[in-house]
Amino acid sequence: MTASADFAIETHNLRKAFGPQVAVRDLSFVVPRGEIFGFLGPNGAGKSTSIKMLLGLVRPTSGSATVLGAPLGDVEVRRRIGFLPEDFRFYEWLTATELVRFHGRLAGMSAGRLRTRVPEVIDMVGLASHRDRKLRGFSKGMLQRIGLAQAIVHEPELVFLDEPTSGLDPMGRRMVRDILRAERDRGATVFLNSHLLSEIEVTCDRVAFIKDGAIATVRELGAGWQDEVRVAVRADGVTDAAVSGLSRWTTWARLDGPELRFGASSEQVLPEVVRHLVGAGADIFQVTLDRMSLEDVFVQLVGEDRGL
Amino acid sequence: MNGVWIMAGITWREALRRKILWTALVAGALLLAVFAAAMHLQVLEFQGRAMSPFVRYQVEAGMLMIGLYTCDLLAVVLTILTSIDTIAGEIGSGTIQAIATKPVARWQIVLGKFLGFVAMIAAYVAVTYAATIWVARATTGVLPQHPLLGYLLIVFECVIALALTFLFGTWFSTLTNGVLVLGLQGVAFMGGWLEQVSGFSQSVHIVTLGIASSLLMPGESVWRRAAYELQTQLAGSLSFSPFANVSIPSLLAMGYAAAYLAVALGVAVWHFQRRDL
Ligand SMILES: Nc1ncnc2c1ncn2[C@@H]1O[C@H](COP(=O)(O)OP(=O)(O)O)[C@@H](O)[C@H]1O
Ligand SMILES: [Mg+2]
Repeated sequence: MTASADFAIETHNLRKAFGPQVAVRDLSFVVPRGEIFGFLGPNGAGKSTSIKMLLGLVRPTSGSATVLGAPLGDVEVRRRIGFLPEDFRFYEWLTATELVRFHGRLAGMSAGRLRTRVPEVIDMVGLASHRDRKLRGFSKGMLQRIGLAQAIVHEPELVFLDEPTSGLDPMGRRMVRDILRAERDRGATVFLNSHLLSEIEVTCDRVAFIKDGAIATVRELGAGWQDEVRVAVRADGVTDAAVSGLSRWTTWARLDGPELRFGASSEQVLPEVVRHLVGAGADIFQVTLDRMSLEDVFVQLVGEDRGL
Repeated sequence: MNGVWIMAGITWREALRRKILWTALVAGALLLAVFAAAMHLQVLEFQGRAMSPFVRYQVEAGMLMIGLYTCDLLAVVLTILTSIDTIAGEIGSGTIQAIATKPVARWQIVLGKFLGFVAMIAAYVAVTYAATIWVARATTGVLPQHPLLGYLLIVFECVIALALTFLFGTWFSTLTNGVLVLGLQGVAFMGGWLEQVSGFSQSVHIVTLGIASSLLMPGESVWRRAAYELQTQLAGSLSFSPFANVSIPSLLAMGYAAAYLAVALGVAVWHFQRRDL
């Protein structure tokens, strides 16, 4: 293992039991700095409890962890951490500006910095025209946006978001995604809790699947994260010789009547494969790419019967 | 320490925006109007009657005490109603989560909220208390003997109730908290009057019961000390007045009340510090 300075978060056998109810069984993982890290699992898997332990809201029953190099419960390190709780409620008698200011002050920001930064983040989350309205009249989506503003106002090095898009419309989801990417590009590490596969798939650099309070697997995402792409080609006149000639690009290939199937490490090989087949005298009618989606991985791990 | 002031500030601002504070002020104003009318009627009643100024003074001073006691009760009720959900409610709703993950220690959150409420209570009592004294003075000319000390003791009594709502708020739901604190307040009320009665009845059992109640919740004994400080020797000597100085809570009792307050707040901080949020 590399020096802990490379990791924003390191956990060792974290466990939390609420009486007889075990919320998190045994959690050991690391989060590299500067990534968007997805924490994916079905409802009740222990995602929120894990975040709460890392933030010092909930005391682990056993195990240990460091967050930005500091042990759990360290108060000063929280200056560099932002958090959007799952079922957040804020003082609704404050206006949007007042609420973000309050949280900025708690995070230790100076009055001068707040003056410029507060309108800036409120604008970022798309609430510029509502900045002086009381939160009482805000919809769930708007509250989620203001919650996000509150989480990033002090430009933290590490941002925890617990189901940040649950109340949002598609535009709102896109905004969250853009903000998370901007945070990463600024150098921040983002820890994103979600039970939404699609969200994790498009946003995260790495994903940990959590099941029954333990990590089931960790995958790196991004372009071509899958181990294999599977391709189906509908064609006439494919010869056995043409099929065996494919082995330069494919891991396996099988001719099945009018359908040729093969596996490859990346979709980059497709044009070459098509050229080769046409060159060998085949007529191609259709090429279909069959990605192994995150959903397949998820379902394999979690089992189809469990609700998301 | 900065966190304490931010939390105190937000709590104070919240209190000012709560309807309940303004409702309590309106209630206070209505009671004050009743009080003013009663004082005025009393003055009319005495007019043209041959009576010793001594008796007259005692009656008027007794009425002032009733006014101030009303003030005190209203302040205690306001204290309890505004503060029962500040901790329990914010834990229940999760509001506390975004706050307790800021670089502010948990004891600072508790202490800040506490100070915010103390400021609100002090302001509320200052207004209703000063208004009551002003009405008494304007109608009859009576004045309490140690108004500042009386004021501080009334605020002290409220702050004891406040520490209890904080203490139970770190353990129980808002509702349970309210029931517990109002229950204890009832015990204190009983204790205070039992001790007062025991001054006449000389029953050892009643004395013991009164003392036990006051130990369990010393709020009312603080009021009785306040009543003692507010009345002149003359007025306090009137044995048929419910505020007669029959059994005056000692300085030791006040020390006990202060220690009680400190322990309640200390345990509240301790428990809030270590519980899951
Ligand atoms: N305060 C608590 N007391 C008792 N059980 C809890 C508490 N918080 C969470 N749990 C239980 O722990 C498990 C994991 O919960 P949680 O971490 O909220 O899961 P997730 O966020 O993945 O949906 C659930 O079974 C939940 O009921
Ligand atoms: Mg959750």
